[in-house]
Amino acid sequence: MSAVFVWIETFNGKAISSSWEALGAAKELAAAWSVPVTALVFGEHASALASEAAAYGADKVIVCEDATLVGFRLEPYAALVSKLVQEYAPKAVLAIGTARGRELLAAAAADTNAGLLTEVSSLEAQPDGALKAVRPVYSGKVLSEAVGTAGAVQFVALRGRAFKAQQPDAAAQAEVVSMPPVLAEADIATKIERFEEEVGTVNLTDAAIIVSGGRAMANNPADAPTGVADAAVWKAQDGFQNTLQPLADTLGAAIGASRAAVDAGYIPYAHQVGQTGKTVAPDLYIACGISGAIQHQAGMRTSKVIVAINKDAEAPIFKLARYGLVGDLYKIVPALTAELKKRLGK
Amino acid sequence: MHVVVFTRSTPDTTAKVEVSAAGAVTWGDAATVVNPWDEYALEEAIVQAKNAGGKTTVISIGAEMHNESLKHSLAMGLDEAVRVWDGALENSDSLAYATTAAAAVQKVGAVDLVIFGKESVDVGTDQHIYQTARKLGWTMLSYVSKILAVDYAAKTIKVERLLEQGKQVVTSSLPAVISVMKDINEPRYPSFIGIRKASKAVIPVWSLADLGVTLPAAQTRVARFMNLPPREGKVEMIEGSPEEMAVKLVDRLLEEKVL
Repeated sequence: MSAVFVWIETFNGKAISSSWEALGAAKELAAAWSVPVTALVFGEHASALASEAAAYGADKVIVCEDATLVGFRLEPYAALVSKLVQEYAPKAVLAIGTARGRELLAAAAADTNAGLLTEVSSLEAQPDGALKAVRPVYSGKVLSEAVGTAGAVQFVALRGRAFKAQQPDAAAQAEVVSMPPVLAEADIATKIERFEEEVGTVNLTDAAIIVSGGRAMANNPADAPTGVADAAVWKAQDGFQNTLQPLADTLGAAIGASRAAVDAGYIPYAHQVGQTGKTVAPDLYIACGISGAIQHQAGMRTSKVIVAINKDAEAPIFKLARYGLVGDLYKIVPALTAELKKRLGK
Repeated sequence: MHVVVFTRSTPDTTAKVEVSAAGAVTWGDAATVVNPWDEYALEEAIVQAKNAGGKTTVISIGAEMHNESLKHSLAMGLDEAVRVWDGALENSDSLAYATTAAAAVQKVGAVDLVIFGKESVDVGTDQHIYQTARKLGWTMLSYVSKILAVDYAAKTIKVERLLEQGKQVVTSSLPAVISVMKDINEPRYPSFIGIRKASKAVIPVWSLADLGVTLPAAQTRVARFMNLPPREGKVEMIEGSPEEMAVKLVDRLLEEKVL
């Protein structure tokens, strides 16, 4: 019987939590079509992860555990998905649209000449079997409603935090099928030399709460030590570390930044939110000293609740915010951190 | 050595983009710019070709408005520009784009490296990039933040990639398609002479017949465009001393259940 496939992304042998959101979305489609959900788990500890996939609602799990699949590489992973799609002709193939998820689905869709919709924030099975999806276009200024093809395999890469994972049921069972890899190491051109993991930081795109800093991070009242090359850069870096980070730690939040802060060298590019950075959609976005240029808005406008802290009451960020606080972030943020510690019992 | 880079024209970043009564996306009289991510791709193509004593070609697949991005590319210093357009590409999907892009690269001939910016902000996706690599049957290296080493004779490339959990260094084979991130370089501004030269350039247009391809049937289509739902409520300004503000804000955030 035809099924809904969902790829469970893993990192260092663990499933990334947003994969369960994709499984949740797959369950809903499968229910509408009365078909089972098959989870695809590849790489380190894939067999061990199968029971976790079952707990989150998979009816069947196809696992492939092989040395060639340790660490995601497009060639061997896409070869597996393409082969499975050709063999089983699923109704749909879902994944969370992370960096890896998007390229994996795109490659497999190209290999099988199937349709793909990415950055999907809502998804609906039409009675004829076609999928209807809503996705942002033009830097999130406009929405597009797109439709797949009924009767063909439809690939969908979902936006993170747009779909709900099911409550895991530890007693749930799934049929587990093991398969061999498609490509041998000699057939894979790409070799991973090393991975420098950013340990201890919360992933921006997964984060439920983001604390972001902008150009005004340089207004740190702390004195830069004598001899530093650029006092403004030192002050801003110190502010990210000793003013924003404690707030983020209290909230379990990730640290974001505006392009202005990144370009000025206050914080690495990996933290940039906005048009040429990351697109995020947390429950809570706290913008500290960010004016809210249109480029920044492109990356965060779908956040559920936006709090803006800025000295300039006319800053465009206040037009987007739910709560606005006019004042010095270096006075307000420490007060907010202290209050949260008290109220959250930390 | 030959580098091909793909670009497109997108509405100026500050333009108000909305859906017209007729259901089309419009940005009024606002200008178009090079897709913001492509500036890094164009710069990297110039740098790579210069390092290897090679040549650059910039390609845009799209209607006449995409000439703007090609002229900007020429003004920056790209050697050749080509626009690919055909009525059959109207309202097509990423499979059609990838099939066309791969055929255009083949027609250019003896290409070692294809560079894309990380994504296109108008269509809001990057899928066409990976699909172009698959249609070519080439290596795909995405989210490249640094080209660490490249050897066109030995056909090897080593890059740093920026992923959600950190930085990855990989080696792979050429020819390859790469997509680049913002911190790979600092794009140059077009020079005055470059702008003058580009304004006079006549950009050739290749049709699907020129490329000798037939498009696969479209598998997805846009049913309609919609304006964003209006943001609920107005901003609530929270006033008082920093400590008072903190108390009031935490009250609100607890009520909103976002903590």
